[in-house]
This record gives sequence, C-alpha cells and structure tokens, in this order.
Amino acid sequence: MQINGKNIILKNSKTLEDFLKENNYIVGRIVIELNGEIVSKDKYSTINLKDTDVMEVLTFVGGG
Amino acid sequence: MDKLIIQGHEFNSRFILGSGKYSLELIKAAIESAGAEIVTLALRRANTKTEYNILDFIPKNVTLLPNTSGARTAEEAVRIARLSRELGCGDFVKIEVIKDTKFLLPDNYETIKATEILAKEGFVVMPYMYPDLNVARDLANAGAATIMPLAAPIGSNLGLLTKHFIKIIIDEIKLPVIVDAGIGSPAQACEIMQEGAAAVMINTAIATAKNINEMALAFKLAIEAGRKAYLAGLGRVLNFKAEASSPMIDFLEDK
Repeated sequence: MQINGKNIILKNSKTLEDFLKENNYIVGRIVIELNGEIVSKDKYSTINLKDTDVMEVLTFVGGG
Repeated sequence: MDKLIIQGHEFNSRFILGSGKYSLELIKAAIESAGAEIVTLALRRANTKTEYNILDFIPKNVTLLPNTSGARTAEEAVRIARLSRELGCGDFVKIEVIKDTKFLLPDNYETIKATEILAKEGFVVMPYMYPDLNVARDLANAGAATIMPLAAPIGSNLGLLTKHFIKIIIDEIKLPVIVDAGIGSPAQACEIMQEGAAAVMINTAIATAKNINEMALAFKLAIEAGRKAYLAGLGRVLNFKAEASSPMIDFLEDK
C-alpha cells in the first residue's frame, strides 16, 4: 500500500488502529485520509488496511 | 472594551502570529511576548521520527488558524480545510490558494470559490487575497468572516506596498480587514492599524529578527499603538502652510 507517497508492503492484514500504533503515530495529533476520504478517529479500529490502499497521515506544523 | 470580533468570536489581541520558520522551542515564548490569541498552522505529512508536535508548544487558550498552504486550486484548499478541521482544533481556516510559485501571489478566483464552499460547511473562513475591492466584495458575499489582503509578497518583509488598495477595502467592506503577508517592521504594522485595519498577521518579520521575543513584543506594542491612534482619530494634515503650536501673542511682539 502507499503511505504519504511511499510504497510499503503490508506484512499481514491489520486494522488502521494497529498500524498507527506500530508506527508510533500519536492518534490525537494526526488526521487520516484513506483513498481520498477523511477517516474519523472512531473508525480506526474497524478499518482493515488493504494492499491497494492509498493513505495520507497528516499533522499540523508551523506555517504562516 | 475594544475587541476584535470574527464571526461572533471575540479577541482582545489584534496580533495574529504565524508559526512558520521557528524552532518549536521558540514558538511558545513568541506567542507569549506577542500576546497573540490566534496562531496560524499548516497541515503536512506526519513524520513519526519527530518527537514533538507544534501543538505541544501552543498554549491551550490560543485559537488555532490552520491555513491551506500548498493548495493550488479551490478543490485542494477545501480538502486541506476539511482535513484540518478533523484534527479537532476548531472551525477557523485561513484560505490560501497559490499557483504562482515565483511570487506566491494568491489566486483570487479560486479563493472565492473555496470561500463559498467552506462558509456553507460552517467554517470561519479567513481568505488571504490580493487587494482588489471587487474580489473583497465577492468574498464577503461568499460568506467570508474576514478579508486578509496582502501588503507585499509572502516572506518579503517589504512592507505596505499595497497600502492604498488595502485602505480602499477597509473603507468599503464591513468585515474585519486583517493585513497579512509582507509587513516587515513594527512601524508598518502600526501604520496600517492607524488606517483602520482590524488586525495584522506577522510571521517572517519576527521569525527572521535577531531577537525573536523582543521583536514579538515590539510588534505587540506597535499594533496596540496603531489601534489606539485609529480610535483616537489622527490629527488633520496641512499642506504648504504651517500653524504654530505655541501661542503667538503676549510676549515679544508686544515690545
């Protein structure tokens, strides 16, 4: 699957929540766009990631 | 009390601080020195290697104003605004739609389109724009909460290059006019506040100053001074003549 423009291989099927935990993302600081759709935080545990998914993991940074 | 009111939200400070170009540790102190109650942010890809997030350095009472920087079309600006709102930091959004990569000038047409869509979705929409009165009217009609005309190209510190056109917008548009981009010195911030700007937004002028905290404070004082001068009403100007400030009678001419 593709995350933030990079291709990665999903070793085994996992939920979005598990993926974010494994990769040390702080859930309170990020927003997820999966295949062009915003994913609300209460859905993280119910979504299973697929190899064809395109995901953006975004956060706030300094800006003017 | 003289408050800045943006779509029903009240602020005591008229100083909007941009948070770009600082190291994270300096942001908190800059916000405090500025007395800023609104701080802008940008949305970017998250990096798991970074230990700290900018939100850890912004006091909780500060209103966050995410921008849509990076957007080249109205559609992209709308996408960024929706994603930013999902982060749970409120409904404010500063619309920035920029196709021109050399001078970073905003695309007014796309900005109007994005404003219309986001205002209908309940956002507090603060569009950054090239100062054109017709566009300001269109933005107001599209549901903008403020108008944010540029003083000079982003990050240039060139000052009030568009002053006359900003003044036209201030005079003609009932919404708060917040001057954004290009202001390089406290004197310039004071000058446009004197002319009736509702607030100014400053980032680069502080981030590139030798002493960030002192410059943030200098801008705070200048913005307050300019506002007070505006409310007091500037004295009149005489051209090609003079008028003595001291009485001209009762002394030497009597001899």
